[in-house]
Amino acid sequence: MIENKKINKTAMILLILGLITIAFPLYLTIVIAFKQPSEMTNSIGGILSLPKVWSLDNFKEAMRVTDFWHSLRNSLLITLVTVGLSIALHSLMGYALGRNKAHSKFYSFVYLFIVSGMFVPFAILMMPLAKQTAELGLANWFGVIVLYVVFYMPMNILLYSGYLVNIPIALEEAARVDGASTWTTYWKIIFPIMSPMHATVAVLTALAVWNDVMTPLVILAGSDENTLPLAQLNFQTQFGTNYNLAFASYLLSLIPILIFYIICQKQILNGVVNGAVK
Amino acid sequence: MKNDRKRTFLLITIPILALFICFNTIPLIRGVIYSFTNFKGFGNYDWVGFRNYIDLFSDARVGKSYLFTFKLAIVTTIVVNVIALLLALALNSKIRAKSFFRGAYFLPNILGSLVVGYIFNYFFTYILPAVADMMGIRALGTSILSNPSSAWIGIMVVCAWQAIAMNTIIYISGLQTVPEDVYEAGGLDGATGWKQFRYLTFPLIIPFFSINMVLCVKNFLMVFDQIMAMTKGGPAQSTESISYLIYNNGMSGGQFGFQSANAVVFFIVIVVVSVAQMRFSGKKEEQL
Repeated sequence: MIENKKINKTAMILLILGLITIAFPLYLTIVIAFKQPSEMTNSIGGILSLPKVWSLDNFKEAMRVTDFWHSLRNSLLITLVTVGLSIALHSLMGYALGRNKAHSKFYSFVYLFIVSGMFVPFAILMMPLAKQTAELGLANWFGVIVLYVVFYMPMNILLYSGYLVNIPIALEEAARVDGASTWTTYWKIIFPIMSPMHATVAVLTALAVWNDVMTPLVILAGSDENTLPLAQLNFQTQFGTNYNLAFASYLLSLIPILIFYIICQKQILNGVVNGAVK
Repeated sequence: MKNDRKRTFLLITIPILALFICFNTIPLIRGVIYSFTNFKGFGNYDWVGFRNYIDLFSDARVGKSYLFTFKLAIVTTIVVNVIALLLALALNSKIRAKSFFRGAYFLPNILGSLVVGYIFNYFFTYILPAVADMMGIRALGTSILSNPSSAWIGIMVVCAWQAIAMNTIIYISGLQTVPEDVYEAGGLDGATGWKQFRYLTFPLIIPFFSINMVLCVKNFLMVFDQIMAMTKGGPAQSTESISYLIYNNGMSGGQFGFQSANAVVFFIVIVVVSVAQMRFSGKKEEQL
């Protein structure tokens, strides 16, 4: 099989060409974000050339217009709290359901009931939820978190109880013989063993929450609160035809997730594959 | 001890189940109830029985949104899977800088689809027509997003650009499950190139193909962000997806009751499509 050891040239060429389609939109975003409107002549060269000066003025202005730090704080808060609650609550629920659904009608019904929630599109929930959150005084970031914890429950419970099958029940029984309660056993033994699944759940939930537009759009409408994507939507009219300002703002909203991706690329790729294939 | 275990499980299950019912089941039931009323989103309302459902089937705008959404979902799913499979084969072959390429090709998936939509909106409105002008391609001289018959292609490209990333890594993990000796044995029987792919590789990665099909169709049927960023349903309502129509007319268009009926039908459509897909792919796997 000496042939197979050679570098596949066709594949390399295809991949390098394909990379252009990924890099080009990002290049476009960066050069436009740094330019001044006067540099944007109508010719294609004017748009695509590198900026004359790499000035941060657009970014400063975009931060001011879109109240960047405030939206960033909201997005971070919502994402981190949702991920934390998902890991704690969904793993517990996955444990309770996973350990009992084989021999109990009640638990297997609850399991199916929650997991089939995956098929419920947000479109059918959004109008009643807009009303309900307003009635309950939850039309704020806390309400958004509660909704996320509920929306991602079906998927995460499926993942956790699937993973639990590989953890022998003998471990728990040994702890019980030593006098540990079920609650203590869970946190001391089962929860740490499930850490690979915690990573998967954290990645999937974080990506979905961070980029979600619809839930905050429906729930936070009319309040002054924004998440990063929502701010782009709400301030779209204020950018007018100043595309340089708009692109500076887009780039700002992409930077946090890009940094996260560069640092945790391996975990993200693993998490996404685990979540999809399970 | 046995009792402690039982009680703990109940104490975990009941509150979390209550939370789920409160913010998933109850709104779902309320949505179904609203679908039998002429509720505008505020004020009083009356029961109208099945009138919303009857009107739904004769409403041209609703029909158009279903046609658009299904056309988009089917075409995008095909485009995405063909390209993703090719990319996965390339990324899984003997190449230099493998992990760099894999990382780079996944990048589009982590970016927010709203902002990606805005960036492509600019690309289709300014860059593409300018390039077409320079090259003398008349047909692309104006923005494809401003033409009712081509705007959906713009949406398709954006959806595909992001979704290919996801499907590619799923295919890669599928290809990695194919043992090397399958190819060696196949090579002895003369299976190379297309034949090798058609008769050896593809049958072995069918489960991953099924995952991708289900993921794609479900995501594209629910498309929203890209529409919001690029066309807002226009021009001439040619790119109104079902989710967008429900959001737009239900939340602010005074059609709360009517669009609830639309949402109920949409929910049933999603369930039927998903179940049918799973049945179909389940059968295919059995045959092999």
